[in-house]
Amino acid sequence: MLMQLGGLIAGVVFGAGLVISSMIDPRKVLAFLDVTGNWDPSLVLVLGAAVTVNFVGYRLVLRRSEPIFGDRFALPTRTDLDPRLIGGSALFGIGWGLAGYCPGPALVAIGTASLEAIVFCAALFAGFIAVDLADNFREAQKSPATDG
Amino acid sequence: MENFTPISALIGGSLIGLAATLLLLLNGRIAGISGIVGGALKRPTGDTAWRWWFTAGLLITGVAALALSPVQPRTDFPLSMVAIAGFIVGVGTRLGSGCTSGHGVCGMARLSSRSIVATITFLITGMLTVALVTSHIEGF
Repeated sequence: MLMQLGGLIAGVVFGAGLVISSMIDPRKVLAFLDVTGNWDPSLVLVLGAAVTVNFVGYRLVLRRSEPIFGDRFALPTRTDLDPRLIGGSALFGIGWGLAGYCPGPALVAIGTASLEAIVFCAALFAGFIAVDLADNFREAQKSPATDG
Repeated sequence: MENFTPISALIGGSLIGLAATLLLLLNGRIAGISGIVGGALKRPTGDTAWRWWFTAGLLITGVAALALSPVQPRTDFPLSMVAIAGFIVGVGTRLGSGCTSGHGVCGMARLSSRSIVATITFLITGMLTVALVTSHIEGF
């Protein structure tokens, strides 16, 4: 129950940041990625400010032994650089550059009744499901299913 | 560079960083949007409901933005391209375990080598894609 409140608070603040910085406008994002054209460096400052605040914030928060609402701090522990990470990130960049949307801004933009954002998010979820299905299929191939 | 908006970028970016810190402080979780939304779609566990509320928070700010200031949506860009882009982003962020928020905002703040490599990779392919493909699309 309290984690739901935590999620809502963080979601609203996150969304407000995306709205104020105009990152929900795909034209603004494409103008940043368009380094050979009429370049708009705003996204550098958005990312830079976010990382800086969060860099300090994370260090302060992790002095605690546990979060306020959650049961524990769940942080990624992997450090290996595998082809899946690099290939996946390369693909993500291609999709990002094709339309100017990444998942967060697209979800906020649905709230603005943007048809583009609705189409993008529907396709986004299809992409998630496609990977999960492929992973499940490969798992099933690896270990033949047993009864029960 | 006449479109450069440094003040709103710094304020908005700081709020995004604050939101990520708040999610760790309150829930102990990383604010990676693709991971949060992807996890919300899976079979419900005790770790599912807050993800929907986070997503609701994002949608609410979109509605508020629409109510407070007229948003001029992009209408001249091909929807088919948006759909293709969405699918590629879905596959890519699932394979790569993160997007601009999880790797860019959160992972880089943790100085994670995986996230730094991921962020550099998607920035490069994003810029290449715009230069080679998107800038030639009518409606760009």
